[in-house]
Amino acid sequence: MSETSAPSAVKVIAFQLVDKEYALPVHQVYSIEKLMHITRVPGTVPFVKGVINLRGVVTPIIDLRSRFGLVDEKYDDTTRIIIAALDDMEVGLIVDGANDVLDIPLDAIEPQPEVVGSMGDEYITGVAKLEKRLLIMLSLEKIFK
Amino acid sequence: MDTNQYLEIFIDESKEHLQAMNEHLLELEKDPVNIAIVNEVFRSAHTLKGMSATMGYEDLADLTHKMENVLDAIRNHKIAVTLEIMDVVFSSVDDLEAMVNDISSGGDGKRDVTEIVTKLLEIEQGETVLSPEVKGEEPPLSLKSDFQYDEFERTVIEQSKEQGFTCYEVAVFLRADCVLKAARVFMVFEVLEKCGEVIKSVPPTEKLEEEKFDEYFTVTLITKEPAEDIEEKVKKVSEVDQVTVMEVTNLSMNGSHQEKAAPAQEPKQIDVKKEINPEVKKRDDVKESKHAVTNKTIRVNIERLDILMNLFEELVIDRGRLESISSELNHSELNETVEHMSRISGDLQTIILNMRMVPVETVFNRFPKMVRQLTRDLNKQVNLEIIGAETELDRTVIDEIGDPLIHLIRNAMDHGIEMPADRIAKGKPAEGTVKLKAYHSGNHVFIEIEDDGAGIHKDKVLRKALDKGIVTEEQVLTLSDRQIYELILASGFSTADVVSDLSGRGVGLDVVKTTIESLGGSITIDSVEGSGSIFSIQLPLTLSIISVMLVEVEKEKYAIPLSSIIETAIVKKDEVLNAHNQQVIDFRGKVVPLLFLENIFSVPHQDDEDRFYSIVIVRKGEKMAGLVVDSFIGQKEVVLKSLGNYLTNVFAISGATILGDGQVALIVDCNALIK
Repeated sequence: MSETSAPSAVKVIAFQLVDKEYALPVHQVYSIEKLMHITRVPGTVPFVKGVINLRGVVTPIIDLRSRFGLVDEKYDDTTRIIIAALDDMEVGLIVDGANDVLDIPLDAIEPQPEVVGSMGDEYITGVAKLEKRLLIMLSLEKIFK
Repeated sequence: MDTNQYLEIFIDESKEHLQAMNEHLLELEKDPVNIAIVNEVFRSAHTLKGMSATMGYEDLADLTHKMENVLDAIRNHKIAVTLEIMDVVFSSVDDLEAMVNDISSGGDGKRDVTEIVTKLLEIEQGETVLSPEVKGEEPPLSLKSDFQYDEFERTVIEQSKEQGFTCYEVAVFLRADCVLKAARVFMVFEVLEKCGEVIKSVPPTEKLEEEKFDEYFTVTLITKEPAEDIEEKVKKVSEVDQVTVMEVTNLSMNGSHQEKAAPAQEPKQIDVKKEINPEVKKRDDVKESKHAVTNKTIRVNIERLDILMNLFEELVIDRGRLESISSELNHSELNETVEHMSRISGDLQTIILNMRMVPVETVFNRFPKMVRQLTRDLNKQVNLEIIGAETELDRTVIDEIGDPLIHLIRNAMDHGIEMPADRIAKGKPAEGTVKLKAYHSGNHVFIEIEDDGAGIHKDKVLRKALDKGIVTEEQVLTLSDRQIYELILASGFSTADVVSDLSGRGVGLDVVKTTIESLGGSITIDSVEGSGSIFSIQLPLTLSIISVMLVEVEKEKYAIPLSSIIETAIVKKDEVLNAHNQQVIDFRGKVVPLLFLENIFSVPHQDDEDRFYSIVIVRKGEKMAGLVVDSFIGQKEVVLKSLGNYLTNVFAISGATILGDGQVALIVDCNALIK
């Protein structure tokens, strides 16, 4: 990370989901919370796990695993809720763990490869290769839909 | 200068000044000689002009300037206030409002105002126009025609001429020592009416009847008889000194008079002045005393208050935890501190809630002008009385209640209040009254719109409802009066025979009902045919706090608003009856269908060995349903929250709340559960 403050870089939050690392631009992330009680909301799509009380604000929660059609697993100590905001919507995303805050040089981001795999490729805006890590850049618009 | 940061303040203050101008102009109209009011308007206009010039809104400043000139002329007694001038001034205020609204929605505040500017200039320059009108009140010694005819009268005269009638102006001088002037007038009229048709008199007949004239009056008569005969006949009436009969020939000359000042309206204005003066004076006093108290206020964005409220609730939750910890530890100093903190936070809560309260005045103050405009459009005479404008309501309710009230007031004026002639025929004063009243009662605010108009014609409503298929023949028999009146709130209903552009499209009133119900309120109608109707709206004081009953379904907690609960019951399972795929219970003689929240909300099921059902009986209007839950937790005041912008339209859930333990509980929307 030699060019931390270079304008040609984008700051991201990197997080873990199953075996891959994903990233969201830091300006879209409001906070990262530990798992707390989630109240189920009936009659919603299955990936909406319910709502939490985020310091007095009722915030809906999306389970990214089920959003991407990945295998369900029990939440554990490393499970985190990333509160992401887009326009006037605030939504919590359940991930396996929040890893890092990084700067990714813009030229390290490549458009998503034609054949990237089966899962959730429509949510991906690009792929960043950083030394040995591969970060998958996500689009909140697509996730919220 | 970068003016952007001042834009918001500019818009707010402009709106305030425009509102103030509107209010004062309305007062001025009722009391046209009160220069103090003109000064108030002038001051607002002047400030507005200065502000808009600073902000670079030239058009706005320009129009305000022209208006200011007119006001200045009025204030210096160069122009007298007439209805026409008021109309022009009012419409320029409308234009100003439109400009400010344009600016606030991001526009540049430009607007084509040439027409109104020309009118203002005409008024300003036509200062002398008024003088002949003033003279009109004195009896002219010459027998020159001092009649001005309006368009309708001119048409009548022209048409009768075409049919071979002649139009005369009959000037009658009574003897100076005449005692019973009104009687003589009556006799003269009787004579004239035998000869032909009287279409106009100066002064108007009401004045003549009240003997409010000197020895002299003129009458316009359409007849086939020759002038000499008329003169002869009128002279036969005793105490008549002199009669002159002149043929009306040159109507266009009269027309030119009218263009300048339209004095035909003048007598009307005097009427108003005389009748309303004392009342206005009284109100002025009140106004002035109000002015003396200057409130120190700051503007706060409502969102910030919401944030404050949210944070405060978190504090309340922590307070609960602290309380339980301190009672466990049983440490006296800690206990004291915690108790003190609880009391303070209680006070804080009241203050925060009160901050969101706004007087209904903010909604009501736009109605007088609207009513004024409507009376002109509808040719009716309506007086709007506002009572209890200081009643406070939550800001969120205030924002929503404006449109329904507009609908109801329009409805009252359009369908309720009759035409002046009909009212007189029914023995009511020509001027109808619409009362707008707001008051607190318990945890609710009531707003009533009362008119002394025609009331609701029950049979007409029923017939219409049957025609439109809103009710069936069988239902009609069981309906109470109130229920019949409420049919007019059903969608697709309209009793007006003629659809006007004000109301009567059959969409207005059902929207009113839906809006009010969505605010957690209700609307009822009382009416006496022939003497008026009352539309009464009941609203919750605040939308942010509601009383709920907390219930448990399996492991999940739900809140049911108390406003829709009738009562709770515990019923043995074998008392449940089956009626056509629907489980029902017999509840106080009524068959009430059961709804299993567990199924509706697809709650993860666990074994259930209970022999009893816990049931919450809820209602929507007259319909009831029993919600089956696992257990009742209790009653609680909770803060209503939305589920956010992401989760919208969740079935049968109207919102959420945060419980004492920090968890979220969902609020059940009973209206969605009962069809």
